[in-house]
Amino acid sequence: MRLTSRYRFSASHRLDTPALSREENRRLYGKCNNPHGHGHNYVLDITVEGPIDESGQVVNREALDGLVRERVLRRLDHRDLNTEIPELSGRVTTTENLAGMVREALDTNWTLPVRLAGVRIAETARNSFELEVPREQ
Amino acid sequence: MFLTRKAEFSASHVCANPAWTAERNQAVYGNNANPHGHGHNYVLEVTLAGDPDPNTGMVFDLRELKEILNREVVDPMDHRFLNREIPPFDRVVPTTENLAVEIWKRIEPQIRRDGVRLHNVRLYETADLFVDYGGPAGEMS
Repeated sequence: MRLTSRYRFSASHRLDTPALSREENRRLYGKCNNPHGHGHNYVLDITVEGPIDESGQVVNREALDGLVRERVLRRLDHRDLNTEIPELSGRVTTTENLAGMVREALDTNWTLPVRLAGVRIAETARNSFELEVPREQ
Repeated sequence: MFLTRKAEFSASHVCANPAWTAERNQAVYGNNANPHGHGHNYVLEVTLAGDPDPNTGMVFDLRELKEILNREVVDPMDHRFLNREIPPFDRVVPTTENLAVEIWKRIEPQIRRDGVRLHNVRLYETADLFVDYGGPAGEMS
């Protein structure tokens, strides 16, 4: 069974890659390339998968909330993704890369007795990015 | 092709194991263990898998699906106290997980037929928390 819990955080960023010229960056990323940055209210869905335990739950809600709060929300909420998150330094702060960073932050030394099955981040209500975490073979 | 139908019901419950102490129940279920109960507006999304019937163009008759969901889930559970009024929740803790399993058990035999099967039961406890259950076959691993 899968359980999905939703969280929110707000952060600023700017899309810009040193691999391209200033003009090419502007053309590629458009408004997202504004040198002053801009922000989003991100919506994060974390999905875990496992059997129902003796309590009738897939996962203890407070344990899951605590892990996400500690590893993700506390670090990202009301922050600038380009300058304050070491894992993202040198990387373009697209929501694709952000989803990868969140997955790594959660999955490294994962402490819950269920597996992390998915990370989905909506940058706005109109676009979202989902990482399916494969089962270990 | 997948077909999904939505239904809503509101019910109260207590998540606590009567064999455990109040402290342990509080540790495992948090606020949900309040012995007086509390309620949710549950949202149910039932997904069927099948091919459209060549004559009707439909995977499943939506009116029949609505009737099944009403008869098995909404009519018995809406505005009820699950622990007190809806077996098996007099002995099974009515977590969202267990509720999804019970809903699967109730509707799956009535949906299964040639070319159609129940694929997923998604149950939202709140807009920010839901479970997906794909039936007992998927729970082996």
